[in-house]
Amino acid sequence: MSLRTTPFHPRTAPLSEGQAWRRWAGYVVASSYELSHDREYHAIRNSAALFDVSPLYKYLVTGRDARRLLDHMVTRNVAKAKVGQVLYTPWCDNEGKQIDDGTISVLDEQTFRMTSADPTLRWLHLNASGGGLEVQIQDVSDTTAALSLQGPSSREILQIAAEQDLSKLKYFRLTDATIRGIPVTISRTGYTGDLGYEVWVHASHAVPLWDTLIATGTPYGITPAGMLALDVARIEAGLLLIEVDYFSSRHALIEAQKSSPLELGLGWTVATDKERYNGQAALDAERARGPDWQFTGLTVDWDSLEALYADVGLPPRLPSQAWRTSVPIYDRGGRRQIGYATSGGWSPLLKRYMALAHLGSEHAKPGTEVRMEVTVEHRRKQAQAHVTPLPFFNPERKRA
Amino acid sequence: MKRYDAIVIGGGHNGLVTAAYLARAGKSVLVLERRPRVGGAAVTEEIFPGFKFSMFSYVVSLLRPEIIRDLDLPRHGLHILPLESTVTPMENGDYLAGWADHDETRRELYRHSPRDAEAYDEYGRLMHFMAQAVKPILSMVPPDPTSFAPGDLASLWKLGKHFRGLGAERLHALVKLMTMSSADFLDEWFETDVLKATKSASGIIGTFLGPRSPGTAYVLLHHYMGELDGVFRAWGFAKGGTGAVSEAIASAARSFGAEIRCDAGVSKVMLKNGRAVGVALENGDELRASIIVSSLDPRRTFLQLLESDSLPDEFVGDIKRFKFRGSSGKVNLALDALPSFTCMPGIGRQHRGAFSISPSLEYVERAYDDAKYGEFSRRPYMDIVFPSMIDPGMAPPGKHVMSIFVQYAPYNLNGGWTDAQREAFGDAVVNTVESFAPGFTSHILHRQVITPLDIERITGLSEGNIFAGELALHQLFFLRPAPGWAKFATPVRGFYQCGSGTHPGGGIMGASGRLAAMTILKNGA
Repeated sequence: MSLRTTPFHPRTAPLSEGQAWRRWAGYVVASSYELSHDREYHAIRNSAALFDVSPLYKYLVTGRDARRLLDHMVTRNVAKAKVGQVLYTPWCDNEGKQIDDGTISVLDEQTFRMTSADPTLRWLHLNASGGGLEVQIQDVSDTTAALSLQGPSSREILQIAAEQDLSKLKYFRLTDATIRGIPVTISRTGYTGDLGYEVWVHASHAVPLWDTLIATGTPYGITPAGMLALDVARIEAGLLLIEVDYFSSRHALIEAQKSSPLELGLGWTVATDKERYNGQAALDAERARGPDWQFTGLTVDWDSLEALYADVGLPPRLPSQAWRTSVPIYDRGGRRQIGYATSGGWSPLLKRYMALAHLGSEHAKPGTEVRMEVTVEHRRKQAQAHVTPLPFFNPERKRA
Repeated sequence: MKRYDAIVIGGGHNGLVTAAYLARAGKSVLVLERRPRVGGAAVTEEIFPGFKFSMFSYVVSLLRPEIIRDLDLPRHGLHILPLESTVTPMENGDYLAGWADHDETRRELYRHSPRDAEAYDEYGRLMHFMAQAVKPILSMVPPDPTSFAPGDLASLWKLGKHFRGLGAERLHALVKLMTMSSADFLDEWFETDVLKATKSASGIIGTFLGPRSPGTAYVLLHHYMGELDGVFRAWGFAKGGTGAVSEAIASAARSFGAEIRCDAGVSKVMLKNGRAVGVALENGDELRASIIVSSLDPRRTFLQLLESDSLPDEFVGDIKRFKFRGSSGKVNLALDALPSFTCMPGIGRQHRGAFSISPSLEYVERAYDDAKYGEFSRRPYMDIVFPSMIDPGMAPPGKHVMSIFVQYAPYNLNGGWTDAQREAFGDAVVNTVESFAPGFTSHILHRQVITPLDIERITGLSEGNIFAGELALHQLFFLRPAPGWAKFATPVRGFYQCGSGTHPGGGIMGASGRLAAMTILKNGA
């Protein structure tokens, strides 16, 4: 059997000019629709980009003890979460090493939707068993389709399309709504660090939902966009990606491949005000002694890069797409390796060459000068860079 | 009374860049702008309710990456959006298109001439080398070739070495490029007339020259210089229009502590013992500063802000001879629907790029012929963009703004510009577009026609020259604006120039403003 297509495929397939598709959780989604992802990227920051994010794993967790189960499983405080709230959260093994990250939507007191990057059904069941919890777990990955509408015009477009008032919908909150008669859930969430929403819909309504959003959004510059554009935006937003920026502790083959949320810049998601949860003891101890690693931004100093290229008679050249390979980072002197970058790329908006990196904690202070390995005309060089706090881009409109 | 370290006259983009750099270096700086808003010729105005226009300058070309970086302009709201395609409608209903994708462009060229399609890559390679050869000059204070001062000699030595390093073949090509007409230069490479017409049209912008006039070839380089900036892509459309570029620079300047005052026209620069000590405003106020910097064009900087007896006669003569000869106009339209062009019917991605009305070399040269004899072109060269297709915020949803850069519209029109002549010029523009996009006229909700006289009246640019003085070879580098005075200093102590009328000038580059600030700081302001 070949890879699956998403419920939006009848609409996205004809848009693909270069037949550039990418695998995602057993599905195919567009890498970019146009030959270059340039315009799709700019739509995220300039108007509104429409992404098919249906391949996300989605689980419906219901029942009297649903909240208890999730609270025990993840690091955020689910016990305190209000109906209508969405939590971004990692979850860990007992050693406090991160397994995955995703969101938990509180649909009502006893109904939660969890999204994850890796399949999580078994882990949910493992956590539910033993305690005699009254909880039902349902994999709704295939029946729930999802679109992500991201960018400064996203609110205006959705407001026209939806029959409900969305003006009060705050950042990381959700609401039930109808769009031209189609029942949907709209959450003010996304993976771009911009003003944006995700629209959750039963797969059977996917195509009419797409059509409605495109028709409504066209005068506002709505632009179907693929994963290449998203990848640049998520780096600008400092959002990490599993299997790229960190490895699931359940997939790691050696200890060194594992990370804790504290080492991944996710300390804010590790609650200090809740009862027992997976990895608590290890995380408490790690917090007390301080994590060994920090996940942080790097900005490559352009003059330094330009000089490396000028030495061989070339203008500076960067890959046109964001990269996701491991790149050594050295200290200021260039002798000692102090960490590694895992994602990077040129920000067309910020006009900056940025990277996401894991650095030894003592080297991670903002402003610290470091060196990043770059390959210039087949030769390894080091460009000067400095530690930059994440996110690189954080517009007011994201929360406003 | 507060005494500033520096007062910058004029809040156009170069004035603001100078102010930002001076403030960044810790100087107390005041910018004085005559109009109610900053930006000069880089302004966005809502001329018709709900429709925003980049009134004059409409694309960002070659804005220096170091300025974007040094002033952190993205943080102050600068977002440059790509403007990637050019469609040139032809008189026979066909078209020539250049797209963002290289293969697509080559295939399109192949349709016109398989030979040209191959020559295109080789041409591109040569132009890459040429641009690389010329580019360092953009960020260099011009040395005086007649001076024996150590700084000048060092610069000249460096420059000489640089050009020697090019090797014979490239040096010869460079000399050709600097002396030939763009049409002749392109004739050596291509056979497709419409290709040559479109390319050479970029060489005549802002000049009073035609594609067959010698000295127009070097402007062909401009586009490739943009490519040398690589990913910087400082070529495109600014979100919010070109006014947003000015606003971003102004915001950066303020963040460094600069003060910006609008509705504050300067009438005179005040001198004491031959040194600039302050300015007198049109409202009679007087303000003092150690350094006065003018971003106005050379004519207004030296012949209006100063009394001519405060300058050497020879220099005054040079400035009087500095050529402006505005030759461009602008028509800004509010539309209720986009025009469909005969050559590529319908609405589509073509509207996200430029339409160049330059169907043949003869067409463009004839447009120039009209101007030579004091008339505006009956069928002008036009560069058309639809900013609302790139930034939907420029017009109400579903509606559009259309920006038409027009050449030629001579400043010295036979009989002079009158309201009737302005409308006749507007009609010529609209009718010409109509001939390529029938039915387009019925979609016009509002029309603004800008003649060179209007440019002069509104922005102050003498004779409406969009570059603050013609970008012709005899007015470049160490000759801009006058021999011996191309290094931002002036014959008056404490008085500097930083506008587009100084090296390198041209477009929304900001290089003049930056170099001026660096010079002032180096001289110990």
